[in-house]
This record gives sequence, C-alpha cells and structure tokens, in this order.
Amino acid sequence: MTRFIYQSWWKVLAVIMLFYTLIAGFLFDVPELPILHETIRNVYFHVPMWIAMFTVFTISVVYSVMYLNTGKEAYDLVAVECVNTGTFFYILGLLTGMLWARYTWGAFWSNDPKQNSAAIAFLLYCAYAVLRNSIDEEQKRAKISAIYNIFAFPIMVVLIMVLPRMTDSLHPGNGGNPAFGKLDMDNHMRVVLYPAFIAWSLIAIWIASLRYRIRLIEYKKNEIN
Amino acid sequence: MKKIFLLALLFLCCGVAFGQSNQPVEMADTLRSSGKIYVVIATVAIIFTGLAIYLFTIDRRLKKIEKDK
Repeated sequence: MTRFIYQSWWKVLAVIMLFYTLIAGFLFDVPELPILHETIRNVYFHVPMWIAMFTVFTISVVYSVMYLNTGKEAYDLVAVECVNTGTFFYILGLLTGMLWARYTWGAFWSNDPKQNSAAIAFLLYCAYAVLRNSIDEEQKRAKISAIYNIFAFPIMVVLIMVLPRMTDSLHPGNGGNPAFGKLDMDNHMRVVLYPAFIAWSLIAIWIASLRYRIRLIEYKKNEIN
Repeated sequence: MKKIFLLALLFLCCGVAFGQSNQPVEMADTLRSSGKIYVVIATVAIIFTGLAIYLFTIDRRLKKIEKDK
C-alpha cells in the first residue's frame, strides 16, 4: 500500500482521464433543460469535488483506525493529510456550488437543507484541525484526533447524504426526486461523469500523498533533533 | 460618357463593398466555430497541463529528497 503512492502509473492515468473529462465536458451533448441550460455541465466539475473529498476522507478514516490498531505514527500522518486535502476539496465544492446556485436557484445561499448541513459538516472538519493544533503531546494528539475523525466521518455522511434527502431540497436526489436519474442525467453524461469521479479522486489522493511525504520528512527531521 | 461610366463603376464598387459586409465572415478554423467554445477548452487544457506538470515536478523533487535520506 505504501508502495502505491510512489508509483506513477496511476498519476498519469488520472491526468489523462481528467484531460478527457475537461474536453468532453465542454463538447459532448447534454440534455436541454429549462433554467439549467449549459450550466448542467457543472455536474462534471462541481460533483467530482465532493466525490474527491469523500474519497480522501474515507482513506483518512481507514488510516485513523489503522493508527489506533498499531500505534504507528506514519498512519496518523496519512490521516491528517487526507483530511487537509479533503477540506481543500470541500471548500472548492462549496464555492462552485454557491456560484452555480446563484445562477440557477437565484442566490449564492438559499438555506437549502443540503447547503446548510454541508456548512455544518465543514465546521466539523475545521474542529478537527483546531483539536489537533491544541494538543502538544504527539501520541495524545494522534490518538484523540483519530477517534474524533472516526466519529466525525459518519456524522458528515449523515449530514450531507442522508438528512437532506429526508426533506425538500433544491438539490437533485432530495425530497423524492432521484439523483442522477432520468430527469437530470442521461447516458451521454455518465460517459463523462464517472471518469471525472475517478480522475478527481485520484488527483486528490495524489495531492494527499505528496503532502504526506512532505510531512513524513518533517516528522523524521524533528525526531532526530 | 467617361464620367458617367466611372460613377457607375464607383457605385458598383460601393454595392459590392456593402454586399460583403452583410455576408457572414466564414473561416475554416475550428477554434472560431460554435461560439468559440474551443478557445475556452484550450485555455482550460493549458491550465490543467500546467498544474499536472507542476504536480509531477513536486513529485520528482520529493523523490530526490527522499533518496538523499
């Protein structure tokens, strides 16, 4: 597993796939829908931000569990950098969503249930960073933040994926209308959308792995001194 | 007679000139077709190429540092 991040084939694959989605995302046919018009292409760029975020957050939880099992410091470093990268994509997802909402729903923020719970879940991960930075002792910090991470993740999933679906929301897939269903998606879009999910997830993993490697060097340097 | 002929010629030129301005300018150039969307695609492609190269460079530099250890 640790060998994987030093290999480059999947990085090349990610770049090629992303290239394809960038070009195809602009050129391929999309359903002609009222209000949305060409902004439906935002699906190719806004939604993959969240998928990328979910991917690195999931990896972070896995490594938090592995840290608690083994006590290996390196696992804790992976978990932190995955959360950091995930938070970055979280911000991108929120901003792109707000811009899109401005021109389709009428306002940057219309207190849509999904928007609100995404904002709350964002605070959860901000709290993770605050928690980490407030503990000086290394092992304590790693242990407490690993436990926090394991609890924060399911709450985030419930906030973003479950609760908005139980009420009326402007987001597709909420309040009874299907997400990526017949109404707002066709097979032409899936051809671009699913590669975009994979490509952006790989890019997120790549960035997280780079951050982890830098942090590992810093960690070893501090250990010697 | 010569003057009238010249005048007629000038009017003709004028007519031709106006006629041309009404015609759509057609260029056999994909970068200018379909609302010039290809220009945007090229821009995005350049930006992403730059970012990808940047990521690869960071990766290589890190590899070098890791080898030194």
